[in-house]
Amino acid sequence: MDAVLDALSWIFIVGGIVFSLIGGYGLLKLKDVYARLHAASLIDTLGVGLIMTGLMFQAGLTLVTAKLALILVFIFFTSPTATFALARAAINHDVLPEVDTPEERAMAHETKTDTGVA
Amino acid sequence: MMYAVAAAGVVVTMLMVLVRALVGPSIYNRILAVNVFGTLSVMLIAIYGFVDGRPEFLDLAIVYALINFIGTIAVTKYVTFSDMGHGDDGDPAGDI
Repeated sequence: MDAVLDALSWIFIVGGIVFSLIGGYGLLKLKDVYARLHAASLIDTLGVGLIMTGLMFQAGLTLVTAKLALILVFIFFTSPTATFALARAAINHDVLPEVDTPEERAMAHETKTDTGVA
Repeated sequence: MMYAVAAAGVVVTMLMVLVRALVGPSIYNRILAVNVFGTLSVMLIAIYGFVDGRPEFLDLAIVYALINFIGTIAVTKYVTFSDMGHGDDGDPAGDI
């Protein structure tokens, strides 16, 4: 049983690391701030989620697990809020997404007026 | 041993994020990178607690998670409104 938990925990932790690395690479490679928000959310959701779950398997049913769950819940709720605030601030300061066609550009302008700050 | 691998992975990711924070180009890229860097610090502190066999470090990780969020919202709000005391003006999205 211990070996199973151990194996499960390492699978989760390695998975979390892989997602973190992909997110970091995306943060470097993607071309504008909105695309980079996606890469960042990969770290905030799957990266943190998998690593914390893996550590929980290591800790067993103790206070440590409760604290890990607390961190997980905090990040689960705060990360989308921060991402939303950042995207909203960017779109209201005339940072438009890099798009390919004029129709998409028009859509981006429309989004801006929808969320416009008074 | 595996904790060290996990910590190394997080550190490599932190370096990539740090590059984004340094090259920018806009303030929004920098805020985003610093936010992600904070999240990765939380992960690193949590993992380090297990490396060291002292999971009390998780208390620090919790504080980092909270401060990181408040910091990001504060900087974003300041950049948006140039004012930390800006009201929501009936905006359904609130004052962030």
